[in-house]
Amino acid sequence: KAFKQVDDELFDELEEVLVLSDVGVKTSQKIIENLKEKVKMNKISDSQAVKELLKEEMFNIINLPNKLRERYPLIILMVGVNGVGKTTSIGKIANLLKSNGKKVIIAAADTFRAAAIDQLEIWAKRVGCDIIKHVEGADPAAVVFDGIQAMRARKADVLIVDTAGRLHTKKNLIEELRKIDRVINQQIPEAEKETLLVIDATTGQNGLIQAKEFNQAVNISGIVLTKLDGTAKGGIVVSICDELKIPVKFIGVGEKIDDLQEFDPKEFIDALFE
Amino acid sequence: MFSSLSEKLQDVFKKLRGKGKLTEKDIKDAMKEVKLALLEADVNYKVVKDFINTVTQKAVGEEVLESLTPAQQVIKIVYDEMVNLLGGNDTKLTFSPSGFSIYMMVGLQGSGKTTTAGKLAALLKKQGKKPLLIACDIYRPAAIKQLEVVAEKVGVSCYADYDKKDAVKIAVEGVNFAKSNRFDIAIVDTAGRLHINEELMNELVAIKSAIKPTEILLVLDAMTGQDAVNVAEAFNNQLGIDGIIMTKLDGDTRGGAALSVKAITGKPIKFAGMGEKMEDLEVFYPDRMASRILGM
Ligand SMILES: Nc1nc2c(ncn2[C@@H]2O[C@H](COP(=O)(O)OP(=O)(O)OP(=O)(O)O)[C@@H](O)[C@H]2O)c(=O)[nH]1
Ligand SMILES: Nc1nc2c(ncn2[C@@H]2O[C@H](COP(=O)(O)OP(=O)(O)OP(=O)(O)O)[C@@H](O)[C@H]2O)c(=O)[nH]1
Ligand SMILES: [K+]
Ligand SMILES: [Mg+2]
Ligand SMILES: [Mg+2]
Repeated sequence: KAFKQVDDELFDELEEVLVLSDVGVKTSQKIIENLKEKVKMNKISDSQAVKELLKEEMFNIINLPNKLRERYPLIILMVGVNGVGKTTSIGKIANLLKSNGKKVIIAAADTFRAAAIDQLEIWAKRVGCDIIKHVEGADPAAVVFDGIQAMRARKADVLIVDTAGRLHTKKNLIEELRKIDRVINQQIPEAEKETLLVIDATTGQNGLIQAKEFNQAVNISGIVLTKLDGTAKGGIVVSICDELKIPVKFIGVGEKIDDLQEFDPKEFIDALFE
Repeated sequence: MFSSLSEKLQDVFKKLRGKGKLTEKDIKDAMKEVKLALLEADVNYKVVKDFINTVTQKAVGEEVLESLTPAQQVIKIVYDEMVNLLGGNDTKLTFSPSGFSIYMMVGLQGSGKTTTAGKLAALLKKQGKKPLLIACDIYRPAAIKQLEVVAEKVGVSCYADYDKKDAVKIAVEGVNFAKSNRFDIAIVDTAGRLHINEELMNELVAIKSAIKPTEILLVLDAMTGQDAVNVAEAFNNQLGIDGIIMTKLDGDTRGGAALSVKAITGKPIKFAGMGEKMEDLEVFYPDRMASRILGM
């Protein structure tokens, strides 16, 4: 077979894999164009080697420093659009930190969604940690304020703040999030802070816009990629890492308390091509 | 919703219109751009391929190329295919001739089932029906409470049993309760589940055969990417669905999932979720949606 012909077909196939994983057609094309050049430059003629090179390229995109901060007191603010898995991930992260010997408090600042507070309370019980809550309809920033007071008074290491799901297009809701963020910055400026954006692995190209908008509003420090136990590959995070350099810190692989893993870039890339 | 896809398609059409007479190459170039726009909008890869093939085949025919308004004709072909893609026009919710209808909400975790169950109850209540919500999610923390709160918001009753750990039994008893208490609609909320979770998919099959729902509605998040078709196909194959409700269309999603699932399952989108409030549910009209996407 002629060298070039084989390649075009192969490159198309690889691009299809990326698009089907939700990497997005633009990022996919960019990655494949780069790959073509490198393959040409290095005169690679083995299709398996091409694939390995592609994996390496993608690994380089998503391999950002991805450890959760380990200085305390630490505030973790969880944000994201509706139904992605914020509350569940909080339960899992709280459990992880607690089993590492940290004293954790959770603040129920989703005062909007029906039974959101009850849901978080059940998680707090499962973990065995304190929860700070007001009633449905209360001001979320006030809940966060109380959470910070409790953190101080009870000498907790970590405060995790649950927020209501909100679409990044809703200006008033994004403003509400900014207000929560301001309360944290003003009330406890000495604390370390993580603002984690939760993204559902089934999300398509909208995920990149979500990341941009939330990042602009509250400065995202990491991503929690949930629902990777399904058939979706979560390729949108490749675009997010590429454009915004925000690392994925955790992945969610189920609904149970220990279905949380630290992000492993190599494993993630391998799974794209399985 | 759809605005960015809409802008891109209109750009392509504008270029076509500016050309006057069209060659086969003009059309193929235009279709390349349409293809990119659709992929960027999360329309499923396979659906895009088929769509482009169909449109191209129809558009490069002599009648189009030789006509006085070729661009107009091409746009018409795209529009018709788009309406097809979105589901023809059989999108009405059906009621049981018995006078007692059961709707079952199913779908992945977090897609919006519980919220949509409440919205559907609100919509049907407005039409003079008397709906009962039935809480069959025994897994998610506070799922039953959530449905109860939703029911109260809408002003309808909710059947719940906190002690039972069997979703099938709750469904059956809920339906019996509805029948003996003169409700004419039962809306069954089920737990979110992955389409590859055999045990939980079997639970749905068991509920289905126990209560024989009038319609099974797959609730699907409009922001879903390429996986939407896998999910819809799996639910349809394992359970048989009657229609789809697309949620979260109030954002800026490009709506590719909406453009893909009918083509794959043959089942229409019946409603669109347009927000978190109980009145935010709209009947879905494919032709209107196609017009909106194409800016016509
Ligand atoms: N399969 C699977 N399901 C998950 C995962 N994470 C969360 N879920 C489920 O997804 C659904 C939504 O999770 P929540 O934690 O309530 O999501 P949320 O972002 O807090 O939702 P809102 O507060 O309504 O915006 C629940 O049914 C969870 O059990 C995961 O990693 N895998
Ligand atoms: N913006 C918007 N949010 C919605 C819409 N429908 C539902 N939601 C939100 O999506 C989130 C998940 O909704 P739920 O009704 O809990 O979803 P579910 O499918 O019942 O979730 P599980 O039972 O955990 O599988 C909540 O925050 C809802 O308020 C919609 O049309 N638009
Ligand atoms: K979702
Ligand atoms: Mg939540
Ligand atoms: Mg639910």
